[in-house]
Amino acid sequence: MRLARPVGLLLLLILLLIPELLAANGASSVETGWFRTYRINAVIVAAVFSAAVLYYTQRARRGDKLFVRKIAGLDEVEDAVGRATEMGRPVLFIPGIDEIDKIDTLAGLSILGRVALITARYETPLYVPVRYPMVLAAAQEVVQQSYITEGRADSYNQDMVCYVAGEQFAYTATVNGYMMRERPAANIMMGAFYAESLLLAETGNAAGSIQIAGTAQPEQLPFFIAACDYTLMGEELFAASAYLSHEPLMLGGLKGQDFMKVLIIAAILVGTFMVTTHLGGDWMRSLFEVR
Amino acid sequence: MKTKLPIAIAFLSGLAMVAVFILNPEKVGDMEGELLQWTTVIGGFTLLLGVVSIVRVNWRPVVRRETGWLNNAALILSVAVMAIPSVLPVSWSPLFGTDGGSIYDWFFINLSAPMMATMFAMLAFYVASAAFRAFRARNAEATLLLVTATIVMLWRVPVGEGLFVAINPRLPNLINTYVMGGVNVAVQRGIIIGAALGAAATSLRIMLGIERTYMGKT
Repeated sequence: MRLARPVGLLLLLILLLIPELLAANGASSVETGWFRTYRINAVIVAAVFSAAVLYYTQRARRGDKLFVRKIAGLDEVEDAVGRATEMGRPVLFIPGIDEIDKIDTLAGLSILGRVALITARYETPLYVPVRYPMVLAAAQEVVQQSYITEGRADSYNQDMVCYVAGEQFAYTATVNGYMMRERPAANIMMGAFYAESLLLAETGNAAGSIQIAGTAQPEQLPFFIAACDYTLMGEELFAASAYLSHEPLMLGGLKGQDFMKVLIIAAILVGTFMVTTHLGGDWMRSLFEVR
Repeated sequence: MKTKLPIAIAFLSGLAMVAVFILNPEKVGDMEGELLQWTTVIGGFTLLLGVVSIVRVNWRPVVRRETGWLNNAALILSVAVMAIPSVLPVSWSPLFGTDGGSIYDWFFINLSAPMMATMFAMLAFYVASAAFRAFRARNAEATLLLVTATIVMLWRVPVGEGLFVAINPRLPNLINTYVMGGVNVAVQRGIIIGAALGAAATSLRIMLGIERTYMGKT
């Protein structure tokens, strides 16, 4: 039971914290004790969510079949790399433009690992421009390990992943220039994107590349939807690594998310009813307020 | 050990951030700021990796005189001209460092900033071409999008708002309430809630060592 110890530790911590928090004086946001008791609601929600994810992960470990809906954009990744192989053109992967401490970037790197496995298998050239040196080090490690896993360590070249610029638009100009010169057959953009999202996606579109993008930034999604062939929206970006891996253990986390979504929908419906009918709407609102 | 140690570090770091969220800063001090400073320090060390990468990738085409090698040479020269004077001590010359009047400052204000502004300004043309493609009325959904976008864009400019007021004085308020504050916000919140849950589940998978692809383990 690889998970037993960390799961036990996490649950023990939560169990220890809750009575401590409940015992402390609640409402004020000025605290004198060790804990910010006014954040107990967030702790409880996090505990329920963690328990759900861990429960479904354990169920997946026991061999239960978990249904995960099809995500067209991710099913298309292998076909896009195959297309690049047939055309003899490279695959461009952009793991977002944010630092490694951003969870979107980590999700992007996880997907990069899966994509690199496919490019290694087909011996398709892969190019990964990055904006931060820390992402560079992590991405190089991810790609190298994928090539080793596929038994193509000799095909790996450190310069497949390279640092291009630290400034947002200097980075964009470099990548756009690459798209127009090299005409990659597939552009895969997964991670955190900001104002450059449309510049990248439109240039890729003009270069005739098949484009698969994914981001959790709602403001950038319309641009990707308009300019890319497939777009992963919000949670699909975080589900991508689990989906591509087909590992039951990873898929268990997705079911935990679904469970939490059901609870949130129920809370929204109850909250809407209470606010509309003036039956304790303020109390309901304060229940979910995080200070 | 090669796998267990990074997982243990990831677990403890994640736990530390959770603790920062619930522990009283009056008692434990500015743990959050401290941890974020660690990240900045590590980032500083890795900066050299970036410089090595950019020079190595561009040096080879220059040596081999590949097509466009002059561009690669210009890039290496730019890195040198911007970076070297900026790290030299100001006490040697006011042209060093990054203060006003330094070489770095001059290149940043007169070359780097205008070029970045140009890239950003080009966004307007890209928006036009993307909008043209997105708003083509190919089916019922696309037509609905086209009609909604036309109404919202008209409402956002004074002449359009004037037109709507002429039809019905309550019309701009209705668009604001039901299109922007209703349908638009509802969809955005749905995406944000889903993304937040996805991010939390990914964090948990990373903390528990289930998700290890980011450190090169498949």
